[in-house]
Amino acid sequence: MTARPDPAASAATDTAAAETGRRVVRTMRRALRWSLPEILFWLVAFASIFLLPGQHLILTEIAILAVFALSIDLILGYAGIVSLGHAAMYGAGAYAAGLYAIHVTGEPLTGLVVGAAAGAVIAFATSFLLLRGGDLTRLMVTLGVAAVLFEIANKAYRITGGADGLQGIWMDPILGRFDFDLAGHTGYVYCLIVLFLLFLLARLVVNSPFGISLKAIRENPLRASAVGIPVNPRLVAIYTLAGAYAGVAGALFTHTQQFISLDALAFQKSADGLLVLIIGGTGYLYGGMIGALAYKVIQDVIANITPQYWLFWIGLLMVVFVLWGRDKPQRIFATLAARLRHRREGRE
Amino acid sequence: MVTLIFDGLAYGMLLFVLSCGLAVTLGLMNFINLAHGAFAMAGGYATVILTNQMGMPFLWTLPLAFIVAAVAGFVLERTLYVRMYARSDLDQVLFTIGLVFMAVSGMDWLMGSQQQILHLPSFLLGRVEVLGVNIGIYRAFLIAVCGVLAIVLQLLITRTRFGSRLRAAVDDQRVAHGVGIPVKTVFAVTFAVGSGLAGLGGALGAEILGLTPNFPLEFLIYFLIVVSVGGTSSMLGPLYASILLGLADVLGKYYIPTLGSFMIYAVLVIVLVVRPQGLFARAA
Repeated sequence: MTARPDPAASAATDTAAAETGRRVVRTMRRALRWSLPEILFWLVAFASIFLLPGQHLILTEIAILAVFALSIDLILGYAGIVSLGHAAMYGAGAYAAGLYAIHVTGEPLTGLVVGAAAGAVIAFATSFLLLRGGDLTRLMVTLGVAAVLFEIANKAYRITGGADGLQGIWMDPILGRFDFDLAGHTGYVYCLIVLFLLFLLARLVVNSPFGISLKAIRENPLRASAVGIPVNPRLVAIYTLAGAYAGVAGALFTHTQQFISLDALAFQKSADGLLVLIIGGTGYLYGGMIGALAYKVIQDVIANITPQYWLFWIGLLMVVFVLWGRDKPQRIFATLAARLRHRREGRE
Repeated sequence: MVTLIFDGLAYGMLLFVLSCGLAVTLGLMNFINLAHGAFAMAGGYATVILTNQMGMPFLWTLPLAFIVAAVAGFVLERTLYVRMYARSDLDQVLFTIGLVFMAVSGMDWLMGSQQQILHLPSFLLGRVEVLGVNIGIYRAFLIAVCGVLAIVLQLLITRTRFGSRLRAAVDDQRVAHGVGIPVKTVFAVTFAVGSGLAGLGGALGAEILGLTPNFPLEFLIYFLIVVSVGGTSSMLGPLYASILLGLADVLGKYYIPTLGSFMIYAVLVIVLVVRPQGLFARAA
């Protein structure tokens, strides 16, 4: 004898399920809503186009660094993968965009796509090695992949220019209208818009069910797989997406500098990106941008005091920052924000 | 061919001495110490300065290279590293990369960026013919020294009281502490000895590896490969891994000069695909 489901009870379960569903949708939408600080941040960013016309060259560098750090945030802040070789994808994007500009066309927008594709292909191909073994293996694999690409770019000097760098890149105007100028105005607006669009996409991705499943994997891969999250495919997907982002950052570098050196693939590039992100804080997307700004300001200040041995100061910065507690700036902001919100709610 | 294998063997043994300290700190103590190469560099420069500028006999500088690196390791462990043991992997990575950067540019500032040339004593130079095989004397010397070190280390870890204390402390810190093992001291001594061995390796390798301030970054990937390919169950895993890597590198660079520098990565990928837990990993 089989138990007949009671129609009334089943209807109740249905409404309860529907209610839960609605609540989930509401919670997820809330994360997508724009808060005041976020709107202010982007207003200030776009206002810099008009307010700081003399600083556009360094602001371009900051924007590119921010795209690169955003890419690292996707894998480190959301998926918890520590990478020592993110320059691999950055360099791949840079060289791909450079070679495309030399041999095919100097049109920048398709160049961006080529750069993104190059980064994504490298990331996708190497992601399968990442899935094997633990954190130590990941460090080694990412480091190794970047080292291999560096060696290839160094050895294949007929194609890449080797240690002399890739020269002779000429870019066409963007959309056929906006020419890259020496003062870097076009370049900055171009990079800022690309950064903004990539940020919007990343914001959608990390707040989607996909992004939330990544956080679950970061917190506990075993439990994540127990509740039915396909851990490995998700990691491959986010690593590939982050690779595309890094590729775009590389392509932006190529387009605005019109020169690529082996530095784009060097270990220092990866370490820089990691440091930038850590300065700004991981896991909330703005870390890369705030970090890039802070990093360039610090670099500028130190370069004014002592132009040599930048590497030493950057090392010291990393050591002190970690010893002091790298989440402290973020925590201070969080406490301030909480206090503000508290006061506002008290007034209402 | 046999000469090449001999060279590869010497190179591998050298890699073992350089990275066995890391096998203990990273493999056993689970501390991601990417600054390991900096201690090797310290030892290498100590030997170069002592022999070339102060005229000490090369063999006498070897123990001093060990001591310099060990003292540096001990001091850093007590003051800085000890605060990082309980931190996340990311913190350890950033912290030790910071140390590497400081060591690299600090050494650049002190000694300049050019490669240091070590003047070896004449009795270690030259080659001899043994059973029809052409052997470099210094290579043979390396194999002898490193081989003895490997055996001593293996015995030290498996047979002595200190070794069992270390293994206990690594397996479960709290319990080890509870039964009266001075965990902190054991870790500090282990770290110092590991750094000292790296310093000795740097001194021995100054002539064939090439000593520049960039040394810690250049050889980082080799150290990591040795540790993760070798596994950490005993000193034998890293030893086999080092020899495998040394042979692959030397033979690869000789037979396929254009692609030779990729051989170690090929080895790495193959091992990862076939045995992701390392060639000689402890059964989980």
